[in-house]
Amino acid sequence: MKRRTLLASAAMGLMLASGAFAQGMDKVKACFVYVGPIGDGGWTYQHHQGALAVQEKFGDKVEIQYQENVPEGADAERVLTQMALGGCNIIFTTSFGYMDATNAVAAKFPDVKFEHATGFKREHPNVSTYNARFYEGRAVEGLIAGRMTKSNKIGYIGSFPIPEVIMGINSYYLAAKKVNPDVQLSVVWAFTWFDPAKEADSAKALIDQGVDVIASHTDSTAPLAEAAKTGGKVIGFGQASDMAVPEYMPTPRVTSIIDNWAPYYVERVGALLDGTYEQKDTWAGIGGGEVQIGEITEAIPAEVKAEAEALRDAIGAGTLHPFTGPINKQDGSPWLAEGATAPDGDLLGMGFYVEGITGDIPQ
Amino acid sequence: MGGQPPKPPGIFVDRKWGPVVLRLEKRPTPSRFWLYATPPVAVILTMIAGGILFAAMGKNPVEVIRTIFWDPMFGEFAFYLRGQLLVKAGPLILIAIGLALGFRAGIWNIGAEGQYIMGAIFGASVGLAVFPTESRWIFPVMIVAGAFGGWLWAMIPAILKTRFNTNEILVSLMLVYVAETILAKASTGFLKNPEGMGFPGSRNFSGYPAAQNAFLYEPLGLHWGGVAALVTGVLAWVLLTRHQAGFQIRLAGQAPRAARFHGVSPARLVVLCMGISGALAGLAGMFEVTGPAGQISIDFNTGYGFTAIIVAFLGRLNPLGIVLAGFLMALTYVGGEMASTNLGLPDAAIQVFQGMLLFFLLGVDVLTNYRFRLAVGAL
Repeated sequence: MKRRTLLASAAMGLMLASGAFAQGMDKVKACFVYVGPIGDGGWTYQHHQGALAVQEKFGDKVEIQYQENVPEGADAERVLTQMALGGCNIIFTTSFGYMDATNAVAAKFPDVKFEHATGFKREHPNVSTYNARFYEGRAVEGLIAGRMTKSNKIGYIGSFPIPEVIMGINSYYLAAKKVNPDVQLSVVWAFTWFDPAKEADSAKALIDQGVDVIASHTDSTAPLAEAAKTGGKVIGFGQASDMAVPEYMPTPRVTSIIDNWAPYYVERVGALLDGTYEQKDTWAGIGGGEVQIGEITEAIPAEVKAEAEALRDAIGAGTLHPFTGPINKQDGSPWLAEGATAPDGDLLGMGFYVEGITGDIPQ
Repeated sequence: MGGQPPKPPGIFVDRKWGPVVLRLEKRPTPSRFWLYATPPVAVILTMIAGGILFAAMGKNPVEVIRTIFWDPMFGEFAFYLRGQLLVKAGPLILIAIGLALGFRAGIWNIGAEGQYIMGAIFGASVGLAVFPTESRWIFPVMIVAGAFGGWLWAMIPAILKTRFNTNEILVSLMLVYVAETILAKASTGFLKNPEGMGFPGSRNFSGYPAAQNAFLYEPLGLHWGGVAALVTGVLAWVLLTRHQAGFQIRLAGQAPRAARFHGVSPARLVVLCMGISGALAGLAGMFEVTGPAGQISIDFNTGYGFTAIIVAFLGRLNPLGIVLAGFLMALTYVGGEMASTNLGLPDAAIQVFQGMLLFFLLGVDVLTNYRFRLAVGAL
């Protein structure tokens, strides 16, 4: 009997607490789980910049906590549990591999908000997901690649054969082919997100094949370093962060795709503070400011630069979709009809190359 | 340089007595006192040096050390974290015991990480092949498959060593990277979750009860892997102290020539020790993938196979010592995470702290076999 009253009062306490939730909070403890070190200069660095932006925006009203180098799997579950127990109100898990751990811990802490980057599982009402339309940036890179290549061979260093990367490859190729129908794409799979040695080997393999424009889906500057050794013959792009270091400018780094998580983090923590927070799935791109195109250097002729910026602005304004039909799949079967744009579902589950790309996706 | 007289190898020169030399002198027999005193002394030295490091970073050293060593066991969230200690210690103990058997015989299996990965892949493959069949036989068969996978991977360096006299350190280490590539293949290819929308990673075993390594008693973090680790600790102790094979292992390590006269075949010992350590690492991988990790993924392995080498030495290559060392290591991980999140310490500082532990252990370990002697006036 006594136990039951205890449980009942506990339940009432919870209800009161969640009632208070809807009216906003005086102070939010926002916590971030990182897959790499904050000094990686790429993926995790950019997430941490977002966290710092939250601190700057809300000052005393937020407390930021973070944990670096959290392995995906059992360790992630423990770190998340510790954070939830430690009083975090909202936890951002910033790698795809945290998906199951995020949902498992979210089930145990219904009052804590969980935000999972790049995943698709929202098994509980307190789990939201967010991602960025990086493929929009790939189209801008593709246009530059198509215009700048002299050998008509362009390259792409893939990390893992997942939809995220495959849509990047397709977007890059389509934009390049549009301005240069003779262009040929070579893809090398590095099977890593961050491994400078492997990335350098991949870049070398591409350069040996005669490729003179390299895009990469891995996070280090190693491909740019390899391109730099060719004395300006090969160009590349900054990936995840701007990578605007003097020794790679104006070439080989001619522009970059920057992941800008700050607007989203500020928005979500702000919503928690003012009581407007709701579960959602966010996939913003250039238009929402999550994907930015870094400075285009003077290594790119003015007319190509203008063309690239026009493409960027059209995608940002929503007047142009990088995947606009007619587009066939690699095997020749039709995918998008004339004028049709790709539904998000097709992109998120993308497991095929578009027509014209040679080679197979590793299985 | 040529004209200068050679300097005496002393630490300082006394005016009256001449050079005073601090010498390391081999003990006639290893010191039993230092054998057991080394680990605690190393831990204390690590706390002191680590405390200085944390203080230099502007943190309160007492608070950091307390967060790492005390809070996970007795702090506010100990009810949860205590269980996590065994979750983390289990695979370390299981792998380290196997390694210690080999290390004692002078057989250096450095590739337990690869054997751990292969055990996980073999075990998971068996379970996923029959998904979603429910039978009580599935899990036991997966255990056997996991041990077999690790054993098989360890047999490659073992046979290359016995047949072609290759170096097992290099071969077993290189095979870790091969195993990692197979793991990437598995998670993006042959074990990929057909309902995963094309994302890498296998099905999650938490949704497949017959093949899941669920917690037997969650507050203690006890699952079958933990049970296996503790049982293996006792069995290995019995093997080493009471069994002929254990005697041969010890003899081969201490006096290889005597071992050969005693009829110990070096080749058989290599196959035996590599096999046991591989199978145990494979078991650890299998229990991890079906339990705490939940699925085969690209980043499934998190370095247990390498950390277990430290655990084996920290535990003095003694199975019961390894059980204690495994818990100590788990404590530095779990507590280190807490210190990192709550006190804002960079992850690298925690890694340095863990590295110090091995450094001081090896440093102090010298005293087991050597002693310091002050030699006055002698060069």
